[in-house]
Amino acid sequence: MSEVIKIKKGLDIPLSGKAEKVFGQTQLPGLFAVKPTDFHGVVPKMVVKEGDPVKIGTVLFFDKYHPEVKFVSPVSGTLKSVNRGERRRILEVILESDGKDEFVDFGTADIGNLSSEAVIAKLLEAGAWPYIRQRPYNVIANPAEKPRSIFISGFDTAPLAADMDFVLSGQEAAFKAGIDVLKKLCSDVHIGLSSESASKVYQNLNGVQIHRFSGPHPAGNVGVQISQIAPINKGEKVWVIQPQEIVSIGLLFTNGKHDFSRSIVLAGSEVLRPAYFRYRLGASVSELLRNNITDETLRIISGNVLTGEQIEPDGYLSFYHAQVTVIPEGNYHEFLGWALPGFGKFSMSRSYFSWLCSNKEYKMDANMHGGHRAIVVSGQYDKVLPMDILPEHLFKAIITEDIDKMEQLGIYEVVEEDVALCEFVCTSKMELQALLRSGIELMIKELGA
Amino acid sequence: MKVLRKLFDNIKPHVEKGGRFEMFHSTFDAFETLFFVPDKTNKNGVHVRDVIDMKRTMIIVVMALVPALLFGIWNTGYQHFMAMGQSAPFMDMVLHGLFKILPIIVVSYGTGLAIEFAFAQMRGHEVNEGFLVSGMLIPLILPVDIPLWMVAVATAFAVVIGKEVFGGTGMNIWNPALLARAFLFFAYPAQMSGDKVWISGLTAGEGIADGFSGATALGAAVESDISSKFPLWDSFIGIIPGSIGETSTLAILIGAAILIYTGIASWKIMVSVFAGGYLMALLFNLIGVNTLMQVDAIHHLCLGGFAFGAVFMATDPVSGSRTEAGKWLYGFLIGVFAILIRVFNPAYPEGMMLAILLMNTFAPLIDYFVVNANIKRRLKRSIVKA
Repeated sequence: MSEVIKIKKGLDIPLSGKAEKVFGQTQLPGLFAVKPTDFHGVVPKMVVKEGDPVKIGTVLFFDKYHPEVKFVSPVSGTLKSVNRGERRRILEVILESDGKDEFVDFGTADIGNLSSEAVIAKLLEAGAWPYIRQRPYNVIANPAEKPRSIFISGFDTAPLAADMDFVLSGQEAAFKAGIDVLKKLCSDVHIGLSSESASKVYQNLNGVQIHRFSGPHPAGNVGVQISQIAPINKGEKVWVIQPQEIVSIGLLFTNGKHDFSRSIVLAGSEVLRPAYFRYRLGASVSELLRNNITDETLRIISGNVLTGEQIEPDGYLSFYHAQVTVIPEGNYHEFLGWALPGFGKFSMSRSYFSWLCSNKEYKMDANMHGGHRAIVVSGQYDKVLPMDILPEHLFKAIITEDIDKMEQLGIYEVVEEDVALCEFVCTSKMELQALLRSGIELMIKELGA
Repeated sequence: MKVLRKLFDNIKPHVEKGGRFEMFHSTFDAFETLFFVPDKTNKNGVHVRDVIDMKRTMIIVVMALVPALLFGIWNTGYQHFMAMGQSAPFMDMVLHGLFKILPIIVVSYGTGLAIEFAFAQMRGHEVNEGFLVSGMLIPLILPVDIPLWMVAVATAFAVVIGKEVFGGTGMNIWNPALLARAFLFFAYPAQMSGDKVWISGLTAGEGIADGFSGATALGAAVESDISSKFPLWDSFIGIIPGSIGETSTLAILIGAAILIYTGIASWKIMVSVFAGGYLMALLFNLIGVNTLMQVDAIHHLCLGGFAFGAVFMATDPVSGSRTEAGKWLYGFLIGVFAILIRVFNPAYPEGMMLAILLMNTFAPLIDYFVVNANIKRRLKRSIVKA
């Protein structure tokens, strides 16, 4: 076994409501949606109209700037409506299920005999290409380019995240097929695993490099793993993909169907019975939450509490998420909250007396716990970003829109999820993920993706 | 509590945008957030946040200052009665100290907060909490007999010139409290140095016991060996004349423990300031050509404002070095310069103040080198690859 890379910086947020490793019973809802907003920089061009019938795998829209990148339906039924926002930007493509689960057949293939062009064409056609994302910038990979390497993180350290080994068990064959597909795209494939993982999924994989990591979040972030093994330099492109998406790609080549079903974890302090569920991308979470959440004012999050997206109680699971988290909204005024001892409140600092209690888990809400201020405290961000990056100086370069400095200080190496912990610990309550995204968008605008 | 909440909710519409008293929004916001943590929730970004905020950070620092303040109150009374050659009960000393020090604190906070509110109002910003700490630091680094109007003038100078002209808390170059002291030191040297100002009552010409001198240990060290007159243990406990809060190294170290344990202030800076000062003093011990050079290295660290500066001033994150690597050098040089100034220019016994202000000025330069090293590492990595 290879040596374990120890990540020292970081923080595991001890959120309550961890899911038990059992699969709960649920059924799929009647409504599904594909949200173009899940894909950075994609300008959707609709292919089907309201009322048109769709199958699983029917193309719904494509990217205006990369027409070969197609986005397909995760359900069979009809296109119900297209919800638009400001300036007619498409927010959601709503689909109504007919419950028949008819698939578009993309045909099986012997992966070993396919050329890389054929593999790319098939992934594009079946709408599976968007699974492959590019670092830097966290945008959908450009199929015309060759990456330096492909990185996969085999574990998720985010708060209440799914146990990947549990989720993937039984999917060994499809995972292996998926890896074979990826090897056609790039010969340099890396998988980062937790030092504790004993999963069978990764045994018998040929031609991939396995790295072991230990330490707190964000050790499971693929960006952190890349920075430990081979940091991204200017001009280099690295592709990343998540384990369940590899399974989906494997199934696409072995049985010809684009499988959108996922094992997702439902967790958080306001979930009555936190557990795993077999569910589907794009599905409304209404069925998932039915009779399983408390009556308080809640915040439902597709994804985890650090990087996820707030959705309505009947909102839809986002494209890249395998987690739904439910926490209290926390829209209350707390009397003298900043001055009280604060037992039971979580802080990385020991400025509240919660360190006196033996509390191991905290019920945390979405309250900001303070107001926006200028940056005052120094060294906070450094404690939770395990990369050779000076986060504060990078952020300042972004604020001043200094493209040279952004490049020199390592904007190619980070995406939003990597700085989410910086945002969590920030005393001045800065919105660092949004700030980083604005910096990335400026880079793309000036230099191209 | 509910009544209070209702009161705020009633006033709120009038001070929000478009309301009749919109110009008082910042003031209202300051009072509302003082009593109630806002009900704002996280949008676009993380959904949960660490409960720490600026108010909590600042209040922890104020708490850490309390031991030094309490000791200063007692010591003011103690020094006063000793200078008079009288003995007095404990409560009399405390009451005397309170009587002298409370007005200084009130004036410092009153002047500073008034200016802060006015500027926040003008700019339409929230009132920043930074002055909660500065307002306490300023009294603690002043001699007890300072006229109150000088406290007001110095505070105003520090807040306006030291902070607001740069854009408020978080933007300033120098530590505002030290700037207040430096202002007084150069503008009114008679009230800020000499043998009389450090013990309450002496400037007013009250009687002095025979053979008593009000000089501080550093003042005395210029003339002669101080090891018998100001034993190390007295200096450590703090029963020596000096600025209100700076004398007790023990009380300051209690504050340091609070700051380090809660994770509010940088232990790297504190350690490196003491290390820099110790090594420099040790070096001077070896040379030892005048009495100041001969002061024992550990003793040096317990005298004057060294410990207070190391714990509460050098660690100011805004005016100090902001990179972790830079903090080591920044702190070390403060320690070195503080002793250097003390020993080579006895006219400035408060070497610590000048050393910190000097390094405040150079902190961005230190950070510049640290940032550049990071840039070069990244550049080198990509060239080796390519």
